[in-house]
Amino acid sequence: MLAKRIIPCLDIRNNRVVKGVNFVDLIDAGDPIQQAKAYELQGADELTFLDITASHERRETVVDLVGKVGKEVFMPMTVGGGIRVAADVRRMLNAGADKVSINTAAILNPEIIDEAAAFYGCQCIVVAIDARRNQKGGWTVYTHGGREPTELDAIDWAKEVVNRGAGEILLTSMDADGTKDGYDIELTRTVAEAVGVPVIASGGAGTLEHFAEALTEGKADAVLAASLFHFGTFTIREVKEYLRDQGIEVRI
Amino acid sequence: MIGILDYGMGNLGSVQNACAALDIPARMLNAPSEMDGVSGVLMPGQGAFRDCMNHLQDQGWVEPLREWIKADKPFFGICMGLQVLFEDSEESPGSEGLAVLPGTVKKFPPSDELKVPQMGWNRCKWDAKQTYFPAALHERHFYYVHSYYVPMTDADWVAGTTTYGLEYVSAVSFGNCHAVQFHPEKSQADGLKLLKHFSETVS
Repeated sequence: MLAKRIIPCLDIRNNRVVKGVNFVDLIDAGDPIQQAKAYELQGADELTFLDITASHERRETVVDLVGKVGKEVFMPMTVGGGIRVAADVRRMLNAGADKVSINTAAILNPEIIDEAAAFYGCQCIVVAIDARRNQKGGWTVYTHGGREPTELDAIDWAKEVVNRGAGEILLTSMDADGTKDGYDIELTRTVAEAVGVPVIASGGAGTLEHFAEALTEGKADAVLAASLFHFGTFTIREVKEYLRDQGIEVRI
Repeated sequence: MIGILDYGMGNLGSVQNACAALDIPARMLNAPSEMDGVSGVLMPGQGAFRDCMNHLQDQGWVEPLREWIKADKPFFGICMGLQVLFEDSEESPGSEGLAVLPGTVKKFPPSDELKVPQMGWNRCKWDAKQTYFPAALHERHFYYVHSYYVPMTDADWVAGTTTYGLEYVSAVSFGNCHAVQFHPEKSQADGLKLLKHFSETVS
């Protein structure tokens, strides 16, 4: 039986991990390589790097970073942030990323999904969807880190990106993100039931129960969190032990 | 010395990185003529069955690989490196595999419950009769990414099985030829143990 995945997300700016960290045994808490190794020891199932560096030149450092992390940790890596054209996908995959996460560029130019999926395979194309509840009882897709609303309905958009070749959806609730009040279970379940590819729930984790809810009621295949792990509120091991005790299949 | 087959199917960096981290002497094989001096061949693989076979064909690998395996020289296939050992695949009708094992690779049936591709960590259960894969790794989790699978059979070469909706063959072993459907190079400590095991058993 396939295990549910627990995925820490590292926000990277100028080659450094942005959010503060609380791993006592790290010499340099902002060093992404040391953090990646620490997460590997805790039993992370995958790593996601989100590059929030603004300028284009600096993005090259993320390519370099992925190459360095790949020499030290041996688990799947997803890289997102600033992927605009199919050539960006190739650079990341060549550097050692297993998957590339595309967000705004997929909305501005949906053909990038078809093109990248046809060339590199669906399994390495993740489409990130940032969604916020609207007054019609649905969810609207946002771009630019959740600042700019689009005309797109999140569920329709999820179906479209899968039809175009996305192999996975990284679904972030902009309402829940940062609240620690729990994942948006209704959003997660609606998307998970609408598409035939894995859905990663993101945004809102604050307690161990939240992870379990997203994976059971929310029907997510994986859960992603950043600050909970960075600040050491829970280790990945603790989350997995809790989930296992709830009867959820995890890798320990 | 292990030779990593480089036939143009994707990034081999993670396999190289894993060998480096394990201090396994390894070099890339860019042509069949470079197999001299290599004691074992490691064949990673990703992408579609047809693309994989076309690349092997174009670069003259098909016969040298068949001969290598038939001569019982050490071989370890990963992911598509397992599937191409078979005769053909539903993924690419008409494309002939290496055919050192009988059978057709099939597509996971569409279902509301199962996502395809299977992507993530699943357990591999060693077959009771197999003697190659380390017993300590029985039913451990490894990382899988695939949409096609080798159907169950009671053949002698079945070394391990995995359940994803249905039970299928996820590890094979006959003589010195071994292959797994999952990615040891992406499966943390347990995966690296398998690569180490291969290098130790060939030298």
